[in-house]
Amino acid sequence: MTEHSVTFTLNGERREARVDPRIHLGDFLRHSLGLTGTHLGCEHGVCGACTVIVNGAPVRSCLMLAVQIDGTVVETVESLGKPGALSPLQQAFATNHGLQCGFCTSGMLMTLEAYLRTTPAPTEQDVRIAISGNICRCTGYEGIVQAALDTASAKASRT
Amino acid sequence: MSGRFFGAAVTRLEDARLLAGKGQYVDDIDLPGMLHAAFVRASFAHGRIRSIDTGDALAMPGVVAIYTMADFADIAHGPMPPMAPHPLLKTPITYHPLADTEIRHVGEAIAIVLADNRANAEDAAAAVTLDIEYLPAVSDAALACEANSPKTHSQHASNIAATMKAGFGDCAGVFAKADHVLTEHFDIHRGGCHSMECRGVVANIDLLTDALTISTSSQSPYMVRRHLAAYLKRDENDIRVMTPDVGGGFGPKANVYAEEFAVTLAVIKSRRPVKWIEDRQEHFVATTQQRGQTWTLDVAFDNDGRMRAIRGRCIHDNGAYAPYGLILPATALASFPGPYALEALDLSIDVVLTNLVPTSPVRGACRPNVAFLLERLADRVARHLGMDRQEVRRRSFVRADQMPYTTGIKARDGSPISYDSGDYVGALNLVLDKIDATNFEARRNETKRRGKLRGLGIASCVEDTGLGPFEGASVRVTPAGKVIIATGASSQGQGHRTAFAQIAADALGVELEDVTVETADTAKFPLGISTIASRIAVTAGSSVQLAAHKVRAKAIAFASHQLEVGEHDLELDGGAVHVKGIPDMKIKLSEIARTLAGNTGVPLPGDMEPDLAATAYFNSNALTFAYGANACEVEVDPETGDVSVVRYVVVHDCGRLINPLIVDGQIRGGVVHGIGNALFERMIYDEEGQPLTTTYGDYLLPMAFEMPRIEIHHMETPSPRNPIGVKGAGEGGTIPAAACVISAVEDALGPDGPFIALHPISPQHVVTWLDGN
Ligand code: FES
Ligand code: FES
Repeated sequence: MTEHSVTFTLNGERREARVDPRIHLGDFLRHSLGLTGTHLGCEHGVCGACTVIVNGAPVRSCLMLAVQIDGTVVETVESLGKPGALSPLQQAFATNHGLQCGFCTSGMLMTLEAYLRTTPAPTEQDVRIAISGNICRCTGYEGIVQAALDTASAKASRT
Repeated sequence: MSGRFFGAAVTRLEDARLLAGKGQYVDDIDLPGMLHAAFVRASFAHGRIRSIDTGDALAMPGVVAIYTMADFADIAHGPMPPMAPHPLLKTPITYHPLADTEIRHVGEAIAIVLADNRANAEDAAAAVTLDIEYLPAVSDAALACEANSPKTHSQHASNIAATMKAGFGDCAGVFAKADHVLTEHFDIHRGGCHSMECRGVVANIDLLTDALTISTSSQSPYMVRRHLAAYLKRDENDIRVMTPDVGGGFGPKANVYAEEFAVTLAVIKSRRPVKWIEDRQEHFVATTQQRGQTWTLDVAFDNDGRMRAIRGRCIHDNGAYAPYGLILPATALASFPGPYALEALDLSIDVVLTNLVPTSPVRGACRPNVAFLLERLADRVARHLGMDRQEVRRRSFVRADQMPYTTGIKARDGSPISYDSGDYVGALNLVLDKIDATNFEARRNETKRRGKLRGLGIASCVEDTGLGPFEGASVRVTPAGKVIIATGASSQGQGHRTAFAQIAADALGVELEDVTVETADTAKFPLGISTIASRIAVTAGSSVQLAAHKVRAKAIAFASHQLEVGEHDLELDGGAVHVKGIPDMKIKLSEIARTLAGNTGVPLPGDMEPDLAATAYFNSNALTFAYGANACEVEVDPETGDVSVVRYVVVHDCGRLINPLIVDGQIRGGVVHGIGNALFERMIYDEEGQPLTTTYGDYLLPMAFEMPRIEIHHMETPSPRNPIGVKGAGEGGTIPAAACVISAVEDALGPDGPFIALHPISPQHVVTWLDGN
């Protein structure tokens, strides 16, 4: 298959790569670039585990082909905090027990990261709708929802 | 038992790494030279393999090898060993690693393709040509019981693999004397586990020694090793099995799977590392499922609402194989009589083979089924007598003053089941109080004014936890003063590392950050059983406690010798042993560990045994019984039939809580799984055994928007049956949840509505019922 070149910004860094047109963004990030923080839970666009941010919007990386990222700005979970210095949203997940097995977590984080940038003061119902495209089988969602609400209100009280 | 950490809601040690995307799940493993596997799977539910032509597929780009069962003949042959042999199953009904001569459900693996990447492997799998003689299939367990039904296994004379019975007391006598008898038919539908991470295996072979290393997304790595070793006729020592981070288990990952065997056989054949990652479509057709059962039950009860006896029969859909023996029907029988102090019980279960994906425990195993039956019957009795549902329960439950209470049922090892402790009526009263049942009618009226129907549901359960025989743990202090715990218990997100660290940190007077926990690597700890049946807190948690206390005693003995102080005058704190009241008179644990690690030619002080370390196994010889009472409120939209759970309250007693944050998380996730079973999750097959719901567009899982907040209240009755007083908590949320939601829906539909004896229910059901049909 003919490979295509793509140029994009990944987690703040400009990158160039050659990609096989059949490869979706999730596989490309995980297996070609070694960014295994993005997870694949269904590969048919329902579970949301694979969510990354492209040009500011949450995107299912299993439904986007890698060739489509040419010229875009891509953010993955690796762009948030590091284990020793978690972002406020990540820290709120830990505090509220918003993760158990951690498999849905990157997708939840990236969905909420994009959401909270544009919706700084959501209600509980808003947050539940925002993550209504992300499945978590472990937590029952409550800790995730609370983490988003806490992050938003902490940010509001800082500004 | 108390300390700085035991009982505290500390945040989890696991979290930082997982949140930063630094988890290490099986698909994150990348080995040099690794091949990628895809399976050729059966697309029909029953057939005989005439031939398999791999010629065209082998010639495709990137393809390295394609194997069928026949290709493994020089290494191994025959069906896989059964996980849980049972005397009623004379011949084990297990898979071959790849189908041998017959395929028995859609999705059964027939051949394994190895290629340089997964896409190429999948392309080639699609190009393998199968010549299959199609055989009639049966997908309904009741039809499968009929004499002229197609046979799931063409060599079997009957689809009924076994009939299991259990009971106690004089059932006929009690039925003859009871004031009332009612009969109901129940239909509980099949669902799946749907861990967000599917299964996966990476296996490798050491080209010099032939030793195998296998990473698998499993709840039972030690069972994988044991059964693989037996199958390959190798010593267990030549096979290392470990679990990396596992993205949820919920039961089905406790099986030893055909794919784990097939991948390993392919590695032995190809002498290359191989990765296989199950995709979601495969998960729907190749990972075990559960809950499909129909029951016909009679209940005998008196005018005062006391339930006295139950008898009846179950048809249990076991799918095409019995990889886990008869564990599900056995669990169903052992889950009776739940919290009810019945005088007699007489049950029989036909275990039926169908051409569907096999069943094995999914969160709760058959306990949710039995809770559904018992709780629905209690509601039915109340309705018949015109009595409050809670009153029937108060009069029928085992009372706190009857503890320990011998139910009359026998455990799997033949010993009588005895509930260790608990207050079932107390839990029910508490949950009714918390949900404010007294003022429910006002809320019902308010909802009615908004054009909706509101219902209150209640359901209770008892859950056997801490299943034997044991887990073990070693605790070791390194010369740097760090504490390393190793255990065979595998984790799938339950926060074991944190809980074990809490236990050890208290015993050794160190900080949580000083403790590292290594789980489920056969090279790091010799034995393990399985993370199933809410057993790890009891078995492994107690082992950590026992081992940590041995280490503590050794550190004290050492310090006593060195400081010339009596052992009773010493305590552990701040990473050191010091004299009580004189914190400066101390020896650091690191120093003790360094000394006991030995120096050339220097004898150890007091001739002590080397190493500041100990291993312990806790034999869980008697089950410990958690219990709970749930109450919820639903709103039903009479126009659309939509049901929403608007409030959910759990009262739960799992003994002492090691970490309330983790326990509450287990309960919440469990309840949501049960709500899914009640309202959403429906695995549908057509008459030919074709699965019709194989995407998350068709098979609905509970999502955030539909789920309520779940309010949890703990009663902490310490278990007398283990050194840390705990009971399991992994399934207690799920067990009564479907029963509770259905109870609420029935209540919402009012006295003219039907008795609801099935789940999941759909909006179509609700609308039909409201129309009076
Ligand atoms: S993996 Fe992309 S939505 Fe599930
Ligand atoms: S934490 Fe396991 S799926 Fe969400």
